[in-house]
Amino acid sequence: MTGLDEHLPILQILVPLFGAILTAFTRSGVLAWTIAAIASAIAPFISAGLLMRITETGKPISYVMGSWAAPWGIEYRVDLLNAFVLLLISLIGLVSIPYARKSVATEIDSHKQPWFYTMYLLCLSGLLGIVITGDAFNAFVFLEISSLATYTLIGLGRHRRALLSAYQYLIMGTIGATFYIVGVGLLYLVTGTLNFVDLAARIGPAMQEYPRPILAALAFMTVGISLKLALFPLHVWLPNAYAYAPSFATAFLAGTATKAAIYLLIRIYFSVFAVAIPFRQLPVTEIVLVLSLAAMFIASFAAIFEQNAKRMLAYSSVAQIGYITLGIALANKMGLAGSLVHVFNHAIMKTALFFALGAMAYRTGVLSLPSLSGIGRKMPVTTAAFVVAGLGLIGVPGTAGFISKWYLALGAIEHGWTWLVFLIVLSSLLAVIYVGRFVEIAYFREPSADLAGVREPPPTMLLPLLALAFTTVYLGFDTRLTGGIATRIAEFLLGGFTS
Amino acid sequence: MTGWEVIADHYNYYVTIFLMVAGLYIVIARGNMIKKLVGLGLFQTSVYLLYLSPGRIIGGTAPIIDERFSVYSNPLPHVLMLTAIVVGVATLAVGLALVVRISEEYGTIDEDEIFAKDEDQ
Repeated sequence: MTGLDEHLPILQILVPLFGAILTAFTRSGVLAWTIAAIASAIAPFISAGLLMRITETGKPISYVMGSWAAPWGIEYRVDLLNAFVLLLISLIGLVSIPYARKSVATEIDSHKQPWFYTMYLLCLSGLLGIVITGDAFNAFVFLEISSLATYTLIGLGRHRRALLSAYQYLIMGTIGATFYIVGVGLLYLVTGTLNFVDLAARIGPAMQEYPRPILAALAFMTVGISLKLALFPLHVWLPNAYAYAPSFATAFLAGTATKAAIYLLIRIYFSVFAVAIPFRQLPVTEIVLVLSLAAMFIASFAAIFEQNAKRMLAYSSVAQIGYITLGIALANKMGLAGSLVHVFNHAIMKTALFFALGAMAYRTGVLSLPSLSGIGRKMPVTTAAFVVAGLGLIGVPGTAGFISKWYLALGAIEHGWTWLVFLIVLSSLLAVIYVGRFVEIAYFREPSADLAGVREPPPTMLLPLLALAFTTVYLGFDTRLTGGIATRIAEFLLGGFTS
Repeated sequence: MTGWEVIADHYNYYVTIFLMVAGLYIVIARGNMIKKLVGLGLFQTSVYLLYLSPGRIIGGTAPIIDERFSVYSNPLPHVLMLTAIVVGVATLAVGLALVVRISEEYGTIDEDEIFAKDEDQ
């Protein structure tokens, strides 16, 4: 197996990409799903293999495309940070796929189902590609592969507003990607390289001669990636896109798409620009901190007043992304570790929540909060799983969300900002309100007549949901995978930088 | 160097910036969805110029080693932009396909009218 072992980095992309080509030739939804399931099942093993090899050797894995040595050829470079995010994305793919079968079968016309799985696999390989590549331009190409697939996935929603949301996301997403590529172009003009490692080495000396293009490049890349990761106030595409996309697409994208963009931002700030330029020469800490706090509070308020359950969770996603960027803004060990932990935990919790809503939509066909009243009595297991993941979102001790917020609070204290800890707790109280509102509707109201005959979803939908709800609790106690690795990643990313 | 010479020396960048801002303006200011896509296309095209114009050296030739030539243009930006053009075409295709579907569902492709129709429901 040594031969195959060597090619793990490229197989990570090729397996889903090849699956996408195969599904494009099938005409049956079941066959397409089987191919998608096989590809999604192989991917996490490859990620886990990469992560294990890196933790054993402590050295990054470099894979050169077509034997063209870096920095001339495209290099796939996997270090602890990539491997961590790769594992997250491929795991979400793995738990999503059993769920997909029934959910997609009811929501997508049968002749479109093979194409739907093609888009899913393209999206998966694009997202994995963004994370694994060591080349700035290659990251753009993968960003666009995943984005184009995402627009299609969203546009396949049943409501006609899905088309409108997909169009709006296409406009904003393309502007974001183009801003990113303008930034890459400016960097290429002054350094002559596109390889992340090579860029990191050349930006320092180039900064003496051409400070302005480099700072402009940083600004372009920040805005471009922030559009993709839905940093407040560039999040306007997200609530509608998540609300009207098919249930499976929402759950999968909520766990993965924004996370890959966050990875790219962390890679640019901490590896390529080597921490000091963004955080010393530009007021990135202040800007991102203010935007993160705005996201945490304003988006949470929007969630509280939202009547559509999916939109409520979508606004909550914007708020939770605020926590992640908050840790990036702090740029210290605990803060950055908190960000990375929350990337993982939020993906698990939010996918679980959207799974639960998707299951409710599968049985009831509605998603407005008033019409879900009493759902807790009709679908007790699904609702209970929703509540567990919701508690995680709030950050109740004993759930994954508490660990994230604990790290972020430590980061704030490390920075000497105790007031920030207070704000983190205060914004969590807003999550108590919107999760609490759902609990009140689900348990303390009489089931409406529409819900007569509603029962638990089929096991293929229930089991992935329960697995994620269990993981939410498990990660609240065992933090070796999240906290342990995230702290190590934060240490090497900061490399002695003190803010 | 006077101000005019600086502008004349870097006129390619000024063209790039003009196209970029004009494209972005059209995307933001127009309500017609096709016009928005045209603006988006213009915005993306400006990036091609940003990459290509510094890659071309006056008097340079294609990078094929031959004793008759000593000055070569940088091939990499050209290759990158070939990829970017493909991405641009794909984006435009998906965008237009969505507009066709929106037109079928709503009977209009003007954003304000579409929002008004959804409000009525």
